[in-house]
Amino acid sequence: MGKNKPPAKYSAAGLLWRGLRKQSWPRVWREPEFKSTYDVVIIGGGVHGLATAYYLASNHGITNIAVVDKQYLGSGGSGRNTAIVRSNYLTPEGVAFYDRSLDLYNSMSNDLNLNVMFSERGHLTLAHTDSALRTMNWRAEVNKLQGINSSVITPAEIKKLTPSLDVSADTRYPILGALYHPPGGTIRHDAVVWGYARGADAYGVDLHQKTEVLDILVEGGSGPEGKGPSGKVTGVRTSKGDIHAPVVVNCTAGWASQLSNMAGVTLPITTHPLQAAVTEPVKTFLPTVVVSGSLHVYVSQTDRGELVFGASVDPVATYNMSGTLEFTEELAGHVLELMPGISKMRLLRQWAGLCDMTPDYSPVMGPTPVDGFYVDVGWGTYGFKAGPVSGEQMAACVANGTTPELIKPFELSRFTEGTLVGEKGAAAVGH
Amino acid sequence: MLLVPCPNCGPMNAADLSYNGESHRRPDPKTCTPEEWRTYLYLRENPSGWLLENWYCSSGCRRHFKIERHTLTGELRAPVLPGRKPGATQGDMK
Repeated sequence: MGKNKPPAKYSAAGLLWRGLRKQSWPRVWREPEFKSTYDVVIIGGGVHGLATAYYLASNHGITNIAVVDKQYLGSGGSGRNTAIVRSNYLTPEGVAFYDRSLDLYNSMSNDLNLNVMFSERGHLTLAHTDSALRTMNWRAEVNKLQGINSSVITPAEIKKLTPSLDVSADTRYPILGALYHPPGGTIRHDAVVWGYARGADAYGVDLHQKTEVLDILVEGGSGPEGKGPSGKVTGVRTSKGDIHAPVVVNCTAGWASQLSNMAGVTLPITTHPLQAAVTEPVKTFLPTVVVSGSLHVYVSQTDRGELVFGASVDPVATYNMSGTLEFTEELAGHVLELMPGISKMRLLRQWAGLCDMTPDYSPVMGPTPVDGFYVDVGWGTYGFKAGPVSGEQMAACVANGTTPELIKPFELSRFTEGTLVGEKGAAAVGH
Repeated sequence: MLLVPCPNCGPMNAADLSYNGESHRRPDPKTCTPEEWRTYLYLRENPSGWLLENWYCSSGCRRHFKIERHTLTGELRAPVLPGRKPGATQGDMK
């Protein structure tokens, strides 16, 4: 973290003082005036965009920043994910990256002076087949080599940890073992968005909500209208007017292709919805996060007692975020396969978020062929757990003009050079 | 549920077909550069609007076809068999 922390605002004493005097709470961040010039424009007010703004301000002293979002802050994937964090990935690149993210999440409540309710409850990835068990062993060994707490446990140990799981051998998909990752857990995702927004705002970053980017202004490129490779970004055209800026960062997840196309940069991304659902609240009975790749489902219980379910992305690319009955039926079947005891529980609601899927299930970060235009996209189904570290690394990338080692493997150029990062084994389902 | 009209089988549940993504012309592997080939393999327009896509009727007639679909509203236009131009009417495809 930087030396000059944002002013501490929330404390128990302050809460008591305001409570006794029945004072109302002030607005958490400003409604800034629209300026026509900034040093950096960040498109997308989710965890990634706000974290990038926050770390640019706190670590690098760049504060003349605008974060623009066509909706309200955290309206996209940041408020729609299932809030699970973990670092037990398959490739050394992935493991190093997410472990740094978990570190940042661990200290986040102190750093941002806002309780993000990090619950380090442990993360179970179930194996239902011999091949899945082999992959779990492989992942456990990669993880141990990198110093991550991760091991394969037996059905008896699973039953002890999570009694509601059916570990009997006579089911359709018997549980043969699991990858147990104690540092994994859940976090209140809205609090992460608000914490970064509040922190960035305290440094003077302008957060423009309800401001849609209509075009990205580029000069001297080789494509039509002077856009595309070897061009130089000069600003963005928004629904509230033009902003001039030498640096534009695209953190728009599901909408990443549309924004990048405006600058003449084609991305290796397709947009797929991922559906999730939540049940009515009940007493706490599920102590860990449970993930099953074979059954395409992951479950955790929130502090309020609701069960949150997520699944894999829908196979057909679409920007439509409405839920489908097919999803609900499949989900219910798969969850009951794992936990037959909850058959009487009712779903409260379901929703979908847009995932920016890449061919190698790894993100696209860093510079693009257009000078000054950066991307932090392609996070697919697991952008939330990487939010803090990508913000930190993207801030370093923008401020220093060079790509940090940690995100070097994820540059856009890997697709034309043919150096993809295969993370599918650990990222396809299970977040 | 998305109902995709196969040129042979009529409306099919999208879950019963294989979705093969955006339709792109494949460059000649003998003459193209590695960059051109990788661009064809990986880079996508991914628009929010009308998109020409490849589908495969995997649990029906097992034919590949193309169809224009609106990626936001889910509307579909008439399907096209390989070698035909989009916009041809249903009768032309027999």
